[in-house]
Amino acid sequence: MIAGYLSGTSLLHRLPAGVKLIALAVLSVFILPIGDPLVLAFVLAAVLLVYASFGRRGVLRILEWRSLLPLLAIIFALQVWAASLSVAVASVLRIAVMVLIADLVTLSTRLQDMMDAIAVPLKPLARFGVDPERLSLAVALVLRFVPVLLESWRGREEAWRARSPRRPGLVLIGAFFSGALSTADQVAEALDARGFGMPDQPEPPAPPTSSRPNP
Amino acid sequence: MDTRTLVRIALIAALIAALGFVPPIYMPLAAGVPITAQSLGVMLAGLLLGARAGAAAVALFVFVVLLGAPLLAGGRGGLGILAGPTAGFLIGYIAGAYVAGLLAERLKLPAFASALVASVVGGIGVVYLFGIPVLAAAAGIGLSKAVIGAAVFLPGDLIKAVGASVLVTTVLRNWSVAAQPRP
Repeated sequence: MIAGYLSGTSLLHRLPAGVKLIALAVLSVFILPIGDPLVLAFVLAAVLLVYASFGRRGVLRILEWRSLLPLLAIIFALQVWAASLSVAVASVLRIAVMVLIADLVTLSTRLQDMMDAIAVPLKPLARFGVDPERLSLAVALVLRFVPVLLESWRGREEAWRARSPRRPGLVLIGAFFSGALSTADQVAEALDARGFGMPDQPEPPAPPTSSRPNP
Repeated sequence: MDTRTLVRIALIAALIAALGFVPPIYMPLAAGVPITAQSLGVMLAGLLLGARAGAAAVALFVFVVLLGAPLLAGGRGGLGILAGPTAGFLIGYIAGAYVAGLLAERLKLPAFASALVASVVGGIGVVYLFGIPVLAAAAGIGLSKAVIGAAVFLPGDLIKAVGASVLVTTVLRNWSVAAQPRP
């Protein structure tokens, strides 16, 4: 299962998701105006200590942000050129602090708890057609479809390589997409058959009539 | 919205996520900036599904990423993204897919031309329009310097726009809004 959650029993893990989200917002209000690189370095050290308290997994977690490094380097260079070294150091530190604090919320909160916490402020959106039940089904579908799609592509690519010395071409993409769409439509039919969304539509769903592309 | 549309939106959102697993291409032309396939997925969402459903698919993808699934290219995800300098690009993806879809639905040009205009204007123009000011603000650099910083991604994005247009007018034409005959 793909998730940004690190299991644990720390104080952060035990706090309700909503509290953590509000704390994150409040912290960002205090941290964003700080311009002193020394203060920011101190804050960053404190945040890194929290990560260190999760042990090896916490340290590895910080390393997952290394793809941000080229961009931070560009920002640093532009800042040195445009302003001064201390402004450059401060802004790179500030970004690192904010990203790592926000990621603390993510790593200590289960996806489902995060969804439940977000469902509260989303409630007023219900009258604009954002239905929490459908939204959480959609989220679950995305998380399930990602490995299915990757597996389907791998299978088709292997099948191609087993049969042809040429590189896989555009035609493989067409076949892959067609297969994915027909999987999606089968899932939709299965959901309808199980009465998904019935409270919204009192009459039984019409049998599927539109043509499904051949897999 | 019927179940079929909902599931198809989830499928395209998952496709955008899956494109994040394609190994990035490093091009000497773009000063060594990695070109990831993810924004190709954003263009495809608009071109395949049209404005509303395309934007919904991208919004769903962004929502899942912010919830904490590490599905952004490079295995990133979570609320940290929103605090980082690239947050504007992520929000711009949603608007970009909407505009790309709208143009793909409305433009009365030959299919390839309208797909290309839609991907360049929506998938690049609108995305940068959101991304660059946020980059400038988050990094504390001037707007013009942020434009220079973002320009290194332009060659890769143009290649992706051409790629998306080729796909929706050839192997994916049966399923794309962009290649449907105009009424």
